[in-house]
Amino acid sequence: MKLISKTITAALLAVPLLSGAASAATLTIPTLDYRTGPYAPNGIPFANGFSDYLTLLNERDGGINGAKINLTPCETAYNTKRGVECYENTKGQGSGALVYQPLSTGITYQLIPKSSVDKIPIFSMGYGRTSAANGKVFPWVFNFPATYWSQATVFVQYIGDKEGGMANLKGKKIALVYHNSAYGKEPIRTLESAAAKYGFELMLLPVDHPGQEQKATWLQIRKERPDWVMMWGWGVMNQVAIKEAASIRFPMDHFIGVWWSGSENDVLPAGDGAHGYLSGAFHQPGDNFPAHDDIKKYVYDNGKGHGERERIGEVLYNRGLVAAMWTSEAIRKAMEIHGTNEVNGVMVRDGFEALDVDEKRLTELGLPGFTIPVKISCDNHEGPGKVALQQWDAKAKKWNLVSDFYEPLRDITGPLIAEDSAQYAAENNVVPRICN
Amino acid sequence: MIYRETGQFKADYAADQALFPIKQDRYVILAVLFITFAVVPFWLNQYWLNAIVLPFLIYALAALGLNILTGYCGQLSLGTGGFMAVGAYSIYKLMVAIPEVGFIPLVLLSGLITAAVGTLFGLPSLRIKGFYLAVATLASQFFLIWMFNKVEWFNNYNATGMITSPPMEFFGVIITGPSATPTAKYFIVVSIVAVFALVAKNLARGRIGRNWMAIRDMDIAAELIGVRPLIAKLSAFAVSSFYIGMAGALYFAVWLGSAEPTEAFDINQSFLVLFMIIIGGLGSVLGSFLGAGFLVLMPILLKNIMVDGFGTDSALAAHIEIMTVGVLIIMFLIVEPHGLARLWRIAKEKLRLWPFPY
Repeated sequence: MKLISKTITAALLAVPLLSGAASAATLTIPTLDYRTGPYAPNGIPFANGFSDYLTLLNERDGGINGAKINLTPCETAYNTKRGVECYENTKGQGSGALVYQPLSTGITYQLIPKSSVDKIPIFSMGYGRTSAANGKVFPWVFNFPATYWSQATVFVQYIGDKEGGMANLKGKKIALVYHNSAYGKEPIRTLESAAAKYGFELMLLPVDHPGQEQKATWLQIRKERPDWVMMWGWGVMNQVAIKEAASIRFPMDHFIGVWWSGSENDVLPAGDGAHGYLSGAFHQPGDNFPAHDDIKKYVYDNGKGHGERERIGEVLYNRGLVAAMWTSEAIRKAMEIHGTNEVNGVMVRDGFEALDVDEKRLTELGLPGFTIPVKISCDNHEGPGKVALQQWDAKAKKWNLVSDFYEPLRDITGPLIAEDSAQYAAENNVVPRICN
Repeated sequence: MIYRETGQFKADYAADQALFPIKQDRYVILAVLFITFAVVPFWLNQYWLNAIVLPFLIYALAALGLNILTGYCGQLSLGTGGFMAVGAYSIYKLMVAIPEVGFIPLVLLSGLITAAVGTLFGLPSLRIKGFYLAVATLASQFFLIWMFNKVEWFNNYNATGMITSPPMEFFGVIITGPSATPTAKYFIVVSIVAVFALVAKNLARGRIGRNWMAIRDMDIAAELIGVRPLIAKLSAFAVSSFYIGMAGALYFAVWLGSAEPTEAFDINQSFLVLFMIIIGGLGSVLGSFLGAGFLVLMPILLKNIMVDGFGTDSALAAHIEIMTVGVLIIMFLIVEPHGLARLWRIAKEKLRLWPFPY
């Protein structure tokens, strides 16, 4: 009898302890930052935006549904080997990493096969392997809100619009200046298909890492006189290219960068010469949203900010912020689905797959009209795939969205995604899952 | 007292020319082998095996290769990254085309392919020497990387130019691809490295090694005493590239799993391996291991001490790490210009006299 009562007492005592442990659950989110090396100018604002938003959730709301976020930074210098070392080092920390945001196509390629083994989702937001949009073959990888291939077709449509119709693309010459790596080579297949379909000529101009030397590239552009230039660049390569383009007086409004080649760091060094330069975008620039005010109030006023107060709202800062927003919403969704706030990588993956951030939710989060609504499903990990263009105003030193959000040309990207993911599945013995 | 050869009499030439003539050395080597095969894989965790020990072993193999060429034969080479790429792309093409041959024969085969390429690029060494040869090998580095970027046949027409190592088994255990365990990978790499370290040690003390060293010390004198520079130099290039090719194959297939030419095999790889043998000790098998250990372990160790130990900001830690490694390299070169292996040799000599130095 005594034993039974003792057991009951112990059980009763254990219940609040257990629930106490549950509410004190921490969410480990490693951040693979790069604040050093030739890609630091772009890596720093992104890392700041990402970390600041998650710090805001900790400071203002006490984490996500009461579970504190534990940020674990690791410096990669945009180097694949260091990135993998960081991954191995951080994946087991705390109760296990929940999600990775590598911010490097090279590191993403390394982590894709590991993710399904370690059961940790990868959120390569708008970069990485495009065919990961096929959730049947890549259940652990998410690359919404749009892929490089979607973006390439949007650029082609924009050029078509400016030339007065897609039919006028015939006989035009479009150059692609790209970082000579897996990242830069991503759009080539898509642009080749588009070139075949619309009859424009594609000129491929690779630039080797880190991209400081581009004299020969731009000399070739001056000689061949392409009608439009697209750029897939990152880090110092961006500013060098824009300066070179300005120095050969290439018309800036005919020069379109990928969304990783369109931040303040990239255009400011070229001064007025960069006026009119275009780039892809999937969110608004600027710091005039309620969430930014909260970051200043709860994070920077308490001395917990990761960067400089004046740089809040830069394009790449907002890119990091939107990545953190979607990540935290996926974790929230995972908690909702599984009815616990002690989530693990498997549950967070389910959260990503059921993610639905519409305009109403964005307003609740203090980001009304900040980005496009995103809804993910089992087979579509790319989400909406819509892309807009932004233009640099060198006089006001400001980026402005200048186009609507274009739908990608799915008749071009669809078959390419199917082909590439099927090749991956065949090479790695992946059996595509069934989505219903 | 403990380390002394007094009383170890050799009655025949074979015993006198043994790989490790001193009994204590043999025991040490056996102990090291026992630890590497029976203790390390069960004692270290997955992070250590995957992120630290595997790259250390693979770089040690590459350093061993370069040491044969630069340390033993005196031919300065900056093409290591390019030759590693040849090994990596060879094994990729072979793994896709003829996986049924088995992993170990494919590693050897990609080493042989690299040896052929290395010999080809070694031809200029018959005419040019020293720094000029370094420039010629530098050209091979850039040419090879450019070729792997340009010719899509090498990456099987992959849209992004990446190569990914398909899963392969070794007697039923998966050793490549994402589902391979670090322990399995460790065993396959450490076996290859151990065997070929022994081969290198053997080569270096034999006729071929002596020919190389004669060429290194003074090529005209060597020619006069009957060493054929053509054979000696080209064999050094071939053997060296064979090692580096195998290292490249393991680097890509076992450790990285996927690679792109520009980042994985760029000129920094060549410099890194060259620094390894300079710090470790030119013309020494042990030096290759010490140098690789120093340059692979030191940055990660520093980072872990600073970030995990003292909670330093990760970016600040990265900057301090770059500076500290630089300072340590300079310090070692001042204190011991002949490398870490030389320190070991001095220690051995001191040990012989201990505890009664005269």
